[in-house]
Amino acid sequence: MLVKPVAIDIVSELLLHLRLCIKDLAHFRISCVGNPYSKMDNHVLEPSLYVIKGIAILDNDGKRILAKYYDPNTLSTAKEQKVFEKNLFNKTHRANTEIIMLENMTCVYKSNVDLYFYVMGSNHENELILVSVLNCLYDSISQILRKNVEKRSLMENLDVVMLALDEICDSGIILESDPTAISYRVALRNDDIPIGEQTVAQVLQSAKEQLKWSLLK
Amino acid sequence: MMGMKRDKKDEEDASGGNPFHNVEKTAVLQEARIFNETPVKARRCTHVLTKILYLINQGEILGTTEATEAFFAMTKLFQSKDVVLRRMVYLGIKELAMIAEDVIIVTSSLTKDMTGKEDTYRAPAIRALTAITDNTMLQAIERYMKQAIVDKSPAVSSAALVSSLHLFKTAPEVIKRWVNEAQEALNSDNVMVQYHGLGLLYQIRKTDRLGVTKLVAKLTKMPLKSPYAACHLIRMVCKLIEEEESAGGEVTTLMDYLESCLRHKSEMVIYEAAHAIVNLRRTGPRELAPAISVLQLFCSSPKPALRFAAVRTLSNVAMTHPAAVTACNLDLENLITDSNRSIATLAITTLLKTGGEASVDRLMKQIASFVSEISDEFKVVVVEAIRSLGLKYPRKHSTLMSFLSGMLRDEGGLEYKASIADTIIAIVEDNPDAKEAGLTHLCEFIEDCEHTSLAVRILHLLGREGPRTKQPSKYIRFIYNRVILENAAVRAAAVSALSHFGATCEDLLPNILVLLQRSQMDTDDEVRDRATYFYSVLSRKQAALNSQYILEGLQASLVTLEKALLNYVQHPSEAPFDLKSVPLAPVIEERHVAPTGQLDGGGSRATPASVAAPTATRLPATATRQDVYIEKLSAIPQFDSFGPLFKSSAPAELTESETEYVVRCVKHTYAQHMVLQFDCTNTLSDQLLEKVNVAVEAPEGFDILVSIPCDKLEYSVLGTCYVALSLPESVLSSTGTCSATLKFTVKDCDPTTGQPDSDDGYEDDYVLEDVEIGVSDHIQRAAKASFGTAWEEMGSTNELQETFSLPAIRTLDEAVRNIISFLGLQPCEWSDKVPEGKSAHTLLLSGVFRGGFEVLVRSKLALSPEGGVTMQLSVRSGDPEVSELVASAVG
Repeated sequence: MLVKPVAIDIVSELLLHLRLCIKDLAHFRISCVGNPYSKMDNHVLEPSLYVIKGIAILDNDGKRILAKYYDPNTLSTAKEQKVFEKNLFNKTHRANTEIIMLENMTCVYKSNVDLYFYVMGSNHENELILVSVLNCLYDSISQILRKNVEKRSLMENLDVVMLALDEICDSGIILESDPTAISYRVALRNDDIPIGEQTVAQVLQSAKEQLKWSLLK
Repeated sequence: MMGMKRDKKDEEDASGGNPFHNVEKTAVLQEARIFNETPVKARRCTHVLTKILYLINQGEILGTTEATEAFFAMTKLFQSKDVVLRRMVYLGIKELAMIAEDVIIVTSSLTKDMTGKEDTYRAPAIRALTAITDNTMLQAIERYMKQAIVDKSPAVSSAALVSSLHLFKTAPEVIKRWVNEAQEALNSDNVMVQYHGLGLLYQIRKTDRLGVTKLVAKLTKMPLKSPYAACHLIRMVCKLIEEEESAGGEVTTLMDYLESCLRHKSEMVIYEAAHAIVNLRRTGPRELAPAISVLQLFCSSPKPALRFAAVRTLSNVAMTHPAAVTACNLDLENLITDSNRSIATLAITTLLKTGGEASVDRLMKQIASFVSEISDEFKVVVVEAIRSLGLKYPRKHSTLMSFLSGMLRDEGGLEYKASIADTIIAIVEDNPDAKEAGLTHLCEFIEDCEHTSLAVRILHLLGREGPRTKQPSKYIRFIYNRVILENAAVRAAAVSALSHFGATCEDLLPNILVLLQRSQMDTDDEVRDRATYFYSVLSRKQAALNSQYILEGLQASLVTLEKALLNYVQHPSEAPFDLKSVPLAPVIEERHVAPTGQLDGGGSRATPASVAAPTATRLPATATRQDVYIEKLSAIPQFDSFGPLFKSSAPAELTESETEYVVRCVKHTYAQHMVLQFDCTNTLSDQLLEKVNVAVEAPEGFDILVSIPCDKLEYSVLGTCYVALSLPESVLSSTGTCSATLKFTVKDCDPTTGQPDSDDGYEDDYVLEDVEIGVSDHIQRAAKASFGTAWEEMGSTNELQETFSLPAIRTLDEAVRNIISFLGLQPCEWSDKVPEGKSAHTLLLSGVFRGGFEVLVRSKLALSPEGGVTMQLSVRSGDPEVSELVASAVG
């Protein structure tokens, strides 16, 4: 095993060859990295209240209406989020089957007319907890919109919907799961206008204002 | 004018009803000026604020100045009494708190709201305040927060608890003072307050195991009203069980509690408990049964999420306890046509693990019908299942192989393709019948494989396995195609693969030489270098050269070789460079027999998941461990004269893990010396140890040269001391046992600061377990691609042969594992795998003894009729004493 009479340049040659081998080895290692599923066996969940990784409401083109991501380690940039939402929508808009696993997350979802509601959690998360949050989200929005769960009506009440979302989940912690409590906490329009007319009046008002504003420009 | 026109047109377009259709950042920020008008026009302001929040939510990025301006304008809106507007302002504060400057300006307004009369303001005001609070301000609002936690309004109480949890990340010390309030919240009638109270209480007590134990003991007796809280408690119980288990504590009552949760009235809690039970390490068939029957019920639930949850958990159980899941086979059969493809896939993969050989074909057909519809993640799950099937039913390899090759041709990401290739490789290695078919599929795959790393791996495999097939020539075309068509990395790998064929198959050699000659014209340096190198080796036509320089490859640790060569270039000397002075790279253990695989069903084989997991995590660790040691040891001048490090053993514990002082020993072997490295940890926070050393009583023939103490050992800081021994002249006496004692000076100190109370301490010692120096400490693993050639080359000059009977060992597999770990040699030619149902087996081992003597061991094993295993051991090596030592080691 002796490398016989050595000229320095042979050693340098050897060095070169070595770099090559190291590169090969690196390739090999990359391809050896196992898949995430093998790691999830025997996983004991760390007790934590941070169970929700994200909540999203998309329209029927898969475009975001509202979306919140709570985990700083997953989907932290707007770009990643948009890509994820597109992927999510493509996988879910055809078959309404309530649950899917995507990019190491468990996503539960529900749709109505032209709206898609999603709740995301870690892939070890109790699926039923996520479903309970999804149901709460859907039911409180349904109550806020007087059962009129569609995009137009949602956009008209976007402010209240934002408040409702804020009441359901605070930075990943489930804050409230009872839809009646949520709609009670957020549906606080002026009492003098009867509730049935309220939305119409408000719509007219905001439309007028918007028109005026664009004329003033 | 233009603007107006566009607006009109857009309004028509936006008839879909999106009033935010054409909001634009600068325009909206302009509109925000309306916030400064008095009196506040509540509706319009709400609308503008909604627009701003909508924009941020759409991913629009506000600059610091923009955000700060908007923020300050927004603070004006506190004048308004409109409820919705005020709530939107809170939201705005939370959104802008991250970007804007000087946000603490609103503290007083928020504090006023949170302590005011209006209940609807108080809860959200607390949460908004959390977003802008820093540590210094926390002191000022502490009193209010404590009051809020115990407030009678559940919304306020929840808001305060959740905020405390967020603040815990930055100011744990302050929050820990609120433990009494959290305790009170736990007794609340409101389910959410109870849940949040439990969460906070656990967060505070988390690091104090006794505290958690008490909390759990109390809570398991009183039923929690909130299902969320119950789930959280179950997770706490699981964590506690795992901790108690490893500390050797009693967990029966905790297990009983988990089982009682299976009868809870909420499905969420039942599932959480079942999931927890199956995932616990200690769970055996008895604990599994009730959990499995609950999951079985869930399988027929009308709710997709519940079916999904159940079948996913079952499929996990099937990895480790396939027998326990067979009871659910009928329910799983019903799910394979489920409209949710994820559920169907999981059901099928589970069935593949639990069902018999007969159902394989049918299930594979079913899964093929919808494999294109499922996501990559699930395809990987399918591939994993096929892999374990391939190992379980070798006869089904043709069905599985054709299915896998079909999947290879589909679209998919790297991870998915890599898992398929891994599976084919695993089947090929395990099952000689499947080899030809598998290699052909892989050849076809690399024809259009876009992943370089995968192609390189497959070429490497072809180079290793291809020459030993019946018709090696047919692979040449595929490999040479790569040389023509691919990028440099793949071309280089292809050239290496070709040379393997040339070295092994004589009849192909002339053709290979021609191909290599052509590759010498390649545009890439690496490819050219390799081609030239292999061409010159092959053209000598000497078998010994071929096996040494092509088939065996480089065994030295690459990183250290590079260092040694650099060193040589910088300090040229007359002496030739000695490759032996470079330590061998420790062989990476790819196959790792995990104990779980043997429990039931799996026979002697580990499940694929348990094989894959250790490999994935071990790879980087093993490659660097040795290098780290070398770095550390070379910094110590006393060891300079010992020469290069030959081998480092795995760390051995010399104490129980829960004692006052924890000591681990690593043995470093040099050509004529051994260094014992003692890593000590002090687990007592009220003690400071000084002048720590380990007194060693060396066995006969060993001399203690130097002992390097560790000056100071603080609480939970790792300290290292060394003892260097010279090894005996005679190789035969290089094994033995050293007794060891830890000696040190103790100083009592303040646990919080770590400062010693006084300057005088007292001396003390602590008896450690003995350090065993075995044969394996002197031997480095080194693989031989062709054991037969090496065995012949070595010749029988220093051969020793002995026969042993090992009555205590019951299976061949166990014998193989024991011999490998005892001698510390590397198994060759996959001989560490005992085919099922055989009563005799030959194990081939190779390695290098310190000083550079190669050692080869051939061990013939047979099951003896009266129980136990009989072994005939033949040892060949470069030195007669080494042979004798190795042969005597087993007896």
